[in-house]
Amino acid sequence: MDNVLTYIVSGYNYWAALILIMIGMYGMIAKNNLLKKVIGMSIFQSAIILFYISISYKSNASIPIIAHGHGVADHTAIDPNLYVNPLPHVLMLTAIVVGVATLGVALAVLQKIYRVHGTIEEDEILESIKE
Amino acid sequence: MIAAQTPILILLAPLFSGILITIFAQKSKNVAFFLLILGMVGSFSAACNVLLQVLQGSGPIHYRLGDWPPPFGIELVIDHLSGMVLFMVSGAALLTAIYSKHTVEVEIPDRIHHYYTLYTLLVSGLLGMVATGDVFNLYVLLEISALSSYALLARGRGLAYIATFKYIIIGTIGASFYLLGVGYLYIKTGTLNMADLSTMLATPEMHQSPSIKIGFIFIILGIWIKMAFFPLQGWLPNAYSCASTTTSCLIAPLMTKVSVYIMIRLMFSVFSADYIFKTLQWQQFMVWMACIAIVVGSVSALAQRNLKRMLCYIVVAEVGYMVGGVWLANSNGFSGAVYHIMSDVMMTLCLFMAVGAVIYKTGETSLEAMRGIFRRMPITAAAFLVGGFSIIGIPPTCGFFSKWYLITGAIETGQFHFVIALLFSSLINAILFFRIIEIGFFSPFDENGHGTHQVIVVNEAPAMMLVPMVISAASLIIIGLYTRFLMSNIVQWTIPVGL
Amino acid sequence: MKRLTLLLTLILGAYLIWSVEDLPEWGDPTSPASTYLSPHYIENIVEETSVPNLVTAILADYRGYDTMFETVVVFCAGLTVLTILRRTERKNKKVSTPRPQREGSDIILQNTARLLIPPMQLFALYVIAHGHHSPGGGFQGGVILGASFILLALSYDLKKTLKRFKESSMLFYSGLGVLIYAGIGVVCLLLGKNFLAYAAWSNFLGITELEAHSHGMLGVEIGVAITVMAIMFSLYADLASGGDLDEGL
Repeated sequence: MDNVLTYIVSGYNYWAALILIMIGMYGMIAKNNLLKKVIGMSIFQSAIILFYISISYKSNASIPIIAHGHGVADHTAIDPNLYVNPLPHVLMLTAIVVGVATLGVALAVLQKIYRVHGTIEEDEILESIKE
Repeated sequence: MIAAQTPILILLAPLFSGILITIFAQKSKNVAFFLLILGMVGSFSAACNVLLQVLQGSGPIHYRLGDWPPPFGIELVIDHLSGMVLFMVSGAALLTAIYSKHTVEVEIPDRIHHYYTLYTLLVSGLLGMVATGDVFNLYVLLEISALSSYALLARGRGLAYIATFKYIIIGTIGASFYLLGVGYLYIKTGTLNMADLSTMLATPEMHQSPSIKIGFIFIILGIWIKMAFFPLQGWLPNAYSCASTTTSCLIAPLMTKVSVYIMIRLMFSVFSADYIFKTLQWQQFMVWMACIAIVVGSVSALAQRNLKRMLCYIVVAEVGYMVGGVWLANSNGFSGAVYHIMSDVMMTLCLFMAVGAVIYKTGETSLEAMRGIFRRMPITAAAFLVGGFSIIGIPPTCGFFSKWYLITGAIETGQFHFVIALLFSSLINAILFFRIIEIGFFSPFDENGHGTHQVIVVNEAPAMMLVPMVISAASLIIIGLYTRFLMSNIVQWTIPVGL
Repeated sequence: MKRLTLLLTLILGAYLIWSVEDLPEWGDPTSPASTYLSPHYIENIVEETSVPNLVTAILADYRGYDTMFETVVVFCAGLTVLTILRRTERKNKKVSTPRPQREGSDIILQNTARLLIPPMQLFALYVIAHGHHSPGGGFQGGVILGASFILLALSYDLKKTLKRFKESSMLFYSGLGVLIYAGIGVVCLLLGKNFLAYAAWSNFLGITELEAHSHGMLGVEIGVAITVMAIMFSLYADLASGGDLDEGL
């Protein structure tokens, strides 16, 4: 029982991220409503952010801001174990921005599609194209 | 001093021209066009300079951004392969920029300066992707080029919006896959620098790790989506054929080729030939996939009545050539693929420009638009002919030599199905282009059959369109004639260790 | 099609979750990601840049090149939405559903907004300037600045807000932000160092190289904030009015 528990605890963040990724991907590919596809896209991107942030976590560590780091004091004794890995945070700040940008563009195109075709259901649009 | 800074200038020139267009050129489209050309010329001359430095120097150029040493900061790495691709991309972007003057004014009447800004951003994104030596930086630039291409493609005709939406969805899946793959690599190695990654991934335990394999699969899948490799090619013809002429001239030759470049870069500079061809051993499967891609692309091209769609399917088939060439896993196949990147940029550019000129003059997009083209637009027709010959693979155009190397490589490894697919595709291309030549040359001028009696007016496209077209057509022959020089000075140096 | 997708995602998900075993344990301080680059950053950043917020330091200095293009992504997204939605020729096409018109004005809403907006903008400036020492920075501050304009547009109406913050000035500021960022980098280049090597500013401004790093970061954060502010509001204005910029939600 203990083994199962440690097994789960050792990776459940990654599991959560991967499950969310799969949900997002399913939404993007299988949903008929274009807005739901966009929602799936958002879930997908957020899940990747969760995945990266999980990488950066260290148990018993704090946010990556050096305490009392002002001025030019002696900083020779900074213990790396006290702070989480800052690099994935930086990367994900970029990914968040990219996600917002893509979402905005997708919504804009969606508005245009609604103007032109009068619907955002994919099958109805395909029918109206054929006619 | 300036020589040491040229690598970054390649990117900064288009970026700055884009920003300045937004800030200063909101009123005048001539100022915007001038700034666009200025940026492209700057980028192209910097790329020439860098390529010369690479050719004369002893090794790849490393440029540290912010003076930080590589694993901590980001660096640009320019070797023979990336120098060559930078040269081709900036050159093609410059030619298309000159060409764009007339078509943009007709097809995109309002907000031309925004169009030009997005054009420059797309170009700087593509150039940055080629120059960078950091896997995460590549993702950011991938997204810049993707976002700007969404905007450019959405300003097309007909079903442009729905095609763009599909491209957004599939493109985001591709980019996210890439990011996820990078995450897997990062979690196992802790670094993002390409050179650093490749030394860390060279150990036997990394070769056996399932996480690294998953990372590789996600990265490669993401890039295949971007380059429209079979069976992920469905979005490309719709998105590109609805786009405006300039957009398709810019995007169709460059996006897929840069993606192929990135595939090569990641396969051999991050992973290694050892890992891919000895540990994974997918080459048989991959070459079969490339064969299917070539056949599907060619056959679909044959079924099209729309000129641009036909060219788009040819692009899909050409992607199959390059992917197949790389996965043949020997030096001839690899040189063929690299040489084909170079020649294919110019081939597709030439064809899309010629077709764009025809559409510009006639307003039609079907094959019938080519009627009487040899008499009405002789220069355009000649350029189209050269491009077509190159796609078919008739010497001395460069298409012949790339096919020659690819076929030699395939025969060396005994993958005869790839040889057959290449020859089959040449045959189909020959049928395609001779059909168009027939329409263009022999068809009566109008439906009544009185065409031959009418006075045929030469109604050629403006010089701003003709000059870039002729340059690209001439470059096809020049690349073909200097094959030996290019092979021994550039392509030979790009062959990775272990092939 | 749906079932096939479901099956594929399930298989892929199961395989991925099975392979999590190969990844280092979650929160393990000895994982490669935590032991390779991260200790160097944590130990040396304060000495090398004098900025205690590691995320800001890496974002704006070590990986400043990434962040410049990140700003360009924001800029590009704003332009993309604008170029997709704002088209003059569309006027004579049918508009499928008329948007609900605002009736009258809500005095409580408007007065609350009037009270809130100035402190919001002040706080945004604090977030930008204090990003070196606490969570914050250009993106966060820029978003808050943008949100203050969005609040104004929501509580009054879009037209009134656009009188204060015109579309042309939105474009100008979004370009200006990127120009500030890239310009700071280019000045470094002109002063004889590599692109975005802020240390180059030290002789020019008469400060130490450490301070130059810190000041350079502040400069680029301001650039980022200006672009993000302009684009956030521009995205709202375009998306909420369907590109007509007449009335909002």
